[in-house]
Amino acid sequence: MKRNISIIIAMLLCFLLQTTFFKSFSLGGIGPNILIILTSSLGFMRGRKVGTLVGFTCGFLMDIFFGEVLGFYALIYMYIGFLNGMFKKIFFPEDIKLPLILISLSDFAYSLTIYLLQFLLRSRFEFGYYFSNIIIPELVYTIVITIVLYPLILIIHKAFNQMDKRSA
Amino acid sequence: MSPLVRRKREKFTLPSKYLLLILTILCLSLMVVTFTTDIMGSTLNGFAGKIIVPFQSGITTVGTWLTDRTEELGQIKILLQENEELKTQVDDLTNEVIALQQDKYELNSLRELYELDEQYSEYEKVGARVIGKDSGNWFHSFIIDKGTDDGLTIDMNVMAGSGLVGRIVDVGPNWSKVTSIINDNSNVSGMVLATNDKLIVSGDLELMALGTIKFEQLIDTDNKVVEGDKIVTSNISDKYLPGILIGYISEINVDSNNLTKSGYLTPAVDFDHLESVLVLLELKQTVE
Repeated sequence: MKRNISIIIAMLLCFLLQTTFFKSFSLGGIGPNILIILTSSLGFMRGRKVGTLVGFTCGFLMDIFFGEVLGFYALIYMYIGFLNGMFKKIFFPEDIKLPLILISLSDFAYSLTIYLLQFLLRSRFEFGYYFSNIIIPELVYTIVITIVLYPLILIIHKAFNQMDKRSA
Repeated sequence: MSPLVRRKREKFTLPSKYLLLILTILCLSLMVVTFTTDIMGSTLNGFAGKIIVPFQSGITTVGTWLTDRTEELGQIKILLQENEELKTQVDDLTNEVIALQQDKYELNSLRELYELDEQYSEYEKVGARVIGKDSGNWFHSFIIDKGTDDGLTIDMNVMAGSGLVGRIVDVGPNWSKVTSIINDNSNVSGMVLATNDKLIVSGDLELMALGTIKFEQLIDTDNKVVEGDKIVTSNISDKYLPGILIGYISEINVDSNNLTKSGYLTPAVDFDHLESVLVLLELKQTVE
């Protein structure tokens, strides 16, 4: 129960920070995608179900405020959370390589999906431009934030695991 | 004993595959529903207004304060250097001031000719603060801290300073979402102020970084439109009130069909540093 409440608080916090704080520290108009960090890391830490639900909620928050239609971002985030959940079996807290690779891949997949569905379908074919000016900067910025944010999420995750063990 | 109990519980939990399937169907049906109707909008917007917006406005204040402070620290060194240079410039500039004062009279008379300021004052306006920006990097929309409680509705025009920013596309009790004219999926019907020639101003993500907007379908057979001409919203636009300044033509080219012209314009608004905007409370009259 406490765990679920803390996840909800974390999601709201990430959304708020992403739309306000990180936008005022954006470099060249590009901000990091910390909702992806949260969705992805909860996915591979807690498994498919949590990943799916967290992704759905994060995406839904974005839909309410910034979506053209309700459910579009929710769908993308949800599948990213689900797919990350598949990697729970090979996730070890000591290893930082896997999280970094997974979060980068998630962010890349997210950007690519948005390009394909929102831009390519409106016949914007200059993929090279979008790739080097939006996708890659966002990816790099997100990775940098991951290095700071991920240990924090991990500490909270470990603390809750410890609590579960004690009560069991 | 305990493994048995646990197994029993697991039997009743929903496998993640089905959860994914159910939520996918939910998302897809929501998309269809919101695409065709506006049923879900009002309740969700109310929820978002109560929970998210108060925090957003708080954090934005802190965020702006922090960026201001960091900028200040970085600038102290530069400022000292600049101070030296500026002192020498002051002397030169005092000479120039006299010349400029003469220009000022000319400018004032030109302004009277355009009478743009007076046109705007006809519209009733309300000020609002920008409290959040689009969380992605693909579109340029933002959230302001006024909503239906302050009399705002969807499609109201938004300005900053003297130029057009965009229009409200979504509204909650105490917040509204504004999509700007430089957004990739935005098209505005405009006209050249000097000649009343109509054109279409369309935003482009590629040009967003350069701070320019594209315009197309300008029919100018007399070749009267030149670079530097003012572009305002046209009287035939169905969302925007007529006569609001969009920007100035910076480049103009003849299209390959030899009939229309297209090019680029510099917007009158600095979209990167929007902090407060004006919402025009009048809606464009439409044929029902």
